[in-house]
Amino acid sequence: MTNHWTDIANANLILVMGGNAAEAHPCGFKWVTEAKAHNQARLIVVDPRFTRTASVADYYAPIRTGSDIAFMGGLINYLLSTDQIQHEYVRNYTDVSFIVKAGFGFEDGLFSGYDAAKRTYADKSGWGYELGEDGFAKVDPTLQDPRCVYQLMKQHYSRYTPELASMTCGMPQASMQKIWEEIATCSTPGKTMTILYALGWTQHSIGAQIIRSAAMVQLLLGNVGMPGGGVNALRGHSNIQGLTDLGLLSNSLPGYLTLPGDAEQDYDGYIAKRALKPLRPGQLSYWQNYGKFHVSLMKAWYGANATAENHWGYDWLPKLDIPGYDVLKMFDMMGRGEVHGYMCQGFNPIAALPDKNRVTAALSKLKWLVVMDPLATETSEFWRNAGPYNDVSTADIATEVIRLPTTCFAEEDGSLVNSSRWLQWHWKGADGPGETRTDVRIMSDLFLRLRERYRAEGGAFAEPLLNLSWPYKVADEPSPEELARELNGVAVTDQVDATGAALKGGQQLSGFAQLKDDGSTASGCWIFCGSWTEQGNQMARRDNSDPYGMKQNLGWAWAWPMNRRILYNRASATPQGQPWDPKKRLVWWNGKAWTGTDTPDYKADVPPEAGMNPFIMNPEGVARFFAVDKMAEGPFPEHYEPFETPIGINPLHPTNKKATSNPAGRIFDSVWDTLGQAKDYPYAATTYRLTEHFHFWSKHARLNAIAQPEQFVEIGEVLAQQKGIQAGDRVRVSCKRGHIEAVAVVTKRIRPLQVNNQTVHQVGIPLHWGFTGLTRHGYLTNTLVPFLGDGNTQTPESKSFLVNVEKI
Amino acid sequence: MDLNRRQFFKVAAIGLGGSSLAALGMAPTPAFAEQIRHFKLARTKETRNTCPYCSVGCGLILYSQGDAGKNVAQSIIHVEGDADHPVNRGTLCPKGAGLLDFIHSPSRLQYPQVRKPGSNEWTRVSWDEAMDRVAELVKADRDANFIEKNAQGQTVNRWLSTGFLAASAASSEAGYLTHKVIRSLGMLGFDNQARV
Amino acid sequence: MASQDIIARSATTTLPPSVRQQEQVAKLIDTTKCIGCKACQVACSEWNELRDEVGHNHGTYDNPQDLSAESWTLMRFTEHETADGNLEWLIRKDGCMHCADPGCLKACPSPGAIIKHANGIVDFNQDHCIGCGYCITGCPFNIPRISQKDHKAYKCTLCSDRVAVGLEPACVKTCPTGAIVFGSKTDMQEHAAERIVDLKSRGFEHAGLYDPDGVGGTHVMYVLHHADTPRVYAGLPDNPVISPLVGLWKGVSKPLALLAMGAAVLAGFFHYVRIGPQRVEEEDDEHPDTSVHQVDPSVHVYDPGKPTAPGEQRP
Repeated sequence: MTNHWTDIANANLILVMGGNAAEAHPCGFKWVTEAKAHNQARLIVVDPRFTRTASVADYYAPIRTGSDIAFMGGLINYLLSTDQIQHEYVRNYTDVSFIVKAGFGFEDGLFSGYDAAKRTYADKSGWGYELGEDGFAKVDPTLQDPRCVYQLMKQHYSRYTPELASMTCGMPQASMQKIWEEIATCSTPGKTMTILYALGWTQHSIGAQIIRSAAMVQLLLGNVGMPGGGVNALRGHSNIQGLTDLGLLSNSLPGYLTLPGDAEQDYDGYIAKRALKPLRPGQLSYWQNYGKFHVSLMKAWYGANATAENHWGYDWLPKLDIPGYDVLKMFDMMGRGEVHGYMCQGFNPIAALPDKNRVTAALSKLKWLVVMDPLATETSEFWRNAGPYNDVSTADIATEVIRLPTTCFAEEDGSLVNSSRWLQWHWKGADGPGETRTDVRIMSDLFLRLRERYRAEGGAFAEPLLNLSWPYKVADEPSPEELARELNGVAVTDQVDATGAALKGGQQLSGFAQLKDDGSTASGCWIFCGSWTEQGNQMARRDNSDPYGMKQNLGWAWAWPMNRRILYNRASATPQGQPWDPKKRLVWWNGKAWTGTDTPDYKADVPPEAGMNPFIMNPEGVARFFAVDKMAEGPFPEHYEPFETPIGINPLHPTNKKATSNPAGRIFDSVWDTLGQAKDYPYAATTYRLTEHFHFWSKHARLNAIAQPEQFVEIGEVLAQQKGIQAGDRVRVSCKRGHIEAVAVVTKRIRPLQVNNQTVHQVGIPLHWGFTGLTRHGYLTNTLVPFLGDGNTQTPESKSFLVNVEKI
Repeated sequence: MDLNRRQFFKVAAIGLGGSSLAALGMAPTPAFAEQIRHFKLARTKETRNTCPYCSVGCGLILYSQGDAGKNVAQSIIHVEGDADHPVNRGTLCPKGAGLLDFIHSPSRLQYPQVRKPGSNEWTRVSWDEAMDRVAELVKADRDANFIEKNAQGQTVNRWLSTGFLAASAASSEAGYLTHKVIRSLGMLGFDNQARV
Repeated sequence: MASQDIIARSATTTLPPSVRQQEQVAKLIDTTKCIGCKACQVACSEWNELRDEVGHNHGTYDNPQDLSAESWTLMRFTEHETADGNLEWLIRKDGCMHCADPGCLKACPSPGAIIKHANGIVDFNQDHCIGCGYCITGCPFNIPRISQKDHKAYKCTLCSDRVAVGLEPACVKTCPTGAIVFGSKTDMQEHAAERIVDLKSRGFEHAGLYDPDGVGGTHVMYVLHHADTPRVYAGLPDNPVISPLVGLWKGVSKPLALLAMGAAVLAGFFHYVRIGPQRVEEEDDEHPDTSVHQVDPSVHVYDPGKPTAPGEQRP
């Protein structure tokens, strides 16, 4: 979230789209009801289904799954063509005036530089700004230059007429118009809309671009950095934000640092490429400090063994030959026998990844699988024949499976990072059952055994293992406190920081401004620096006061970065440094420094007249409508159909087959044959969770099993009537990859949509059942999901595919 | 009033059962109704925690029995929202409200187990056996497949033939330590639930 | 709550002392804020240590299918189309309404099995319950259920154990959106009035409070978008009144029956206590067999007494 849960109460309008906050995040959704109660806010829900969120909405409109960019593109066109934008904000805080290189172009659904054979944009050289001789980007403040971002954007979205948007989305034009008009009222300075989304946007082959299109709308309205505004990803799991922050991804390091590629043999070049210089005069471009963050990380990991001479252990980090070995890639390799061992820590891939049958086949090729989990997951028993729900030949599966019992949240101390980026400490309430052990203990035990074996026997490249810093009092079970202090960081030697304050060696750092690239500081995750200072554990703070009534709660727990609750909050003030609206005051310039109801996300002593812009992490200093070369499929979001499309063509590019679905989407060669077509599988399906359950865990909890006991699918009344299906009947839902069977819930809440002059029925498939647990056993829903995904995030397209439905 | 004969007797007869005794002077001593429901948290220990499910991060209070004396193990008997928490303000959704049954789920694993190739059953093993076996498997695959140099002779130091999926509900401290260990092995097939 | 707080007991003519003056409490359920998440259902069962059977999906979101001795509250979902074609998903938390004039208590023949506290809570004391099911006949909301295990009646207690120590009921505490609130009855009426102003401003011209007079008002009240038609909320009675059968017992049949009172009656009573509640089927007019203990099928719309093992697979 750019903003945070309680801040939703500051909104005037709430758009829930690509998510179902009332069901998936009920206690966060309370702040929507608070905004309605105390701020006269209105709630608009756009969703393929009339959800429980829609049940309390002021306005609901249906949309075809996977068509959200058409809706947002139409909205951008509407805002620009009716000139309902926050002019001063857009002019000052975004890239509208930047001049784009002449090499950039867009034709018939494809941007410049596309290589059809490789299904990728091989040449992104045109996707950038014209640079002047001074190295700064060229701008045209009058916005008249036809190559400026404003004009290019206007041109790009002029194609998204209300008619085209409506026929693509299947949303009646009158509904669309009503929503757009209401959203446009939030272009008034001080009136804000918040957007709440979740996997309803991310789980598409165009997921990242859907979210960008929403961010563009919010920038046009001047709603980013504002209280009650922002683009708010409601993360799915309790510490998925934390694990992302800590870089537990193929190509990442803690704090959004990145691993080098093969070509980056030179350490200085590696740092220089990431320490981006400002693209406009006077901008902060905070990533200039990349080297400080990186060296401090390597000091936390390798201690005294990381030295200037060995480039802080640069060669101990693996290098990437491809963008990343994400989980889809790994399972694709696994299916081809190229992966021999796999470890799952609290992760249930045969339930969570797309195409369960493909995943099972891949797991069956492993030599060994280690599962660490509090619960008996389906993955740990993927080899067990569970009848129709897991029809495998056990004797033929030669995978050795080792299952290690772990403690759960109630049985450990530690911190979790919620969607608000709050690091919250929790305490152990009881011992775990039986012989359960913490993840920390298991990973430590594994490391110590490996280190011992490498010491004794030698082996491949033992250096990083042998050099890893392991300063913990109890080596096989480091305490969460020790690890939290390491994450925050310490002064390695006595020193004086940038402000002139003396720091003693061993002292906890108070913030990332103290980090250095000379090896004198260590910090396991620079954005967490400040979470455990000399003043103690900031994550355990419990002052819930709200002195300004702005719902920022600065004394509760600790938010990264530096306890800033709303990102880019400098943008909540005018260029002159005063809030756009006194009722929406977050930060302001008091004549000497920036202060406010939130911690300024800005350099505290830079006066407004210096012209430093709010988006301090961007070298431009401003927010980007034009994504330069950051995205796989183009600088502007463009609508592409789901890979399994119910209408067969892209209404925006009906004649260009290359532009039907995402030309740069993630798909493996072997997957094309598993895709179905509308003539065989006519219905657009989407998967989702229900409020009564949490993924595949809560089916192991009796109380939740009672509340939602048995697998079902949701079918609209019209389709049900056509198919002779009544509520309570059992139905088979099939696709080219397999089938599931479930009880039919027949509902008025899913209605047929008119899309591209044809009727499209949608089928809703909740995902919580499986072949272990206390609910009635059922099929893993992802049996139906295609094994492909977004080209940027590699997130699978679980929200949009084709099925057939039959009564059994 | 629409009342048939059967219903009349039903009313009269059943009503007689109780009240007639009172009418006959056999009333119980007036109003010594005992306190029928006892407050079960009167002697519990409270521990602050955070809900492990979604990303709202609701504050929890774990209520456990056991006075923390030596040899006394705490047992969690109730989970309720933390009313001080600025986001959830004491509330919990159906998942959070049912956490007690997650903690005490019959599906909780109790000890390490191994499923041998082709086998249809789990075999209980000790932690020492299990971890020794994992270390052996990890080292064998790493030693056999570690790539120090690519085809161009560039130093790459990566290991691709074993992968790791990290937990989405593990604490940051556990996640950090996991990252530290896994990366020191040179592993790149490393991912977490954020991907899906 | 202590005995001084009891103001009425079933089948007891003498007045309890009720020496303490207590404010009347009420739970207000705002159906317009309710998201049907069932947190209240789960929290209720968790607090009261109830675990119903793992049932089936019957083609709706309602689960369990009906109230039972182990499910004291549940959500009832209705897909409602308004006259102008708008779809609404009306979700109502069902459970005991804690009537000011409780039909269950009036109907209950067993002394002290049903009590009413000075704060308005109507509670069942299973130690005194004889399982006759009369409370069910007396209840205009069809709430109490007889347990198949111990043949005693159960329903929501309004968490009288929590309220006694100054806490709100478990369902209120947990409710994520604040759709369920708890306090003095007057405060709840005021809060409801504010909600109704807001709802009217959002176009719900018939928004209103459900606090029906027919049962003397209730200590569980609803804010409804359509207070003119409570029945659209899964059959919430438009004008609930205590069953005429109960009135008959109190008014007409009691004096008549007193005349007929004698040894046979006492024997009948002890038969009750020993064997259990009497059930007479209307269809069974010719061959009444009072020794057979049956539960009136009208009392149990849904029978959770057909347990199916968790995880059992349907054919």
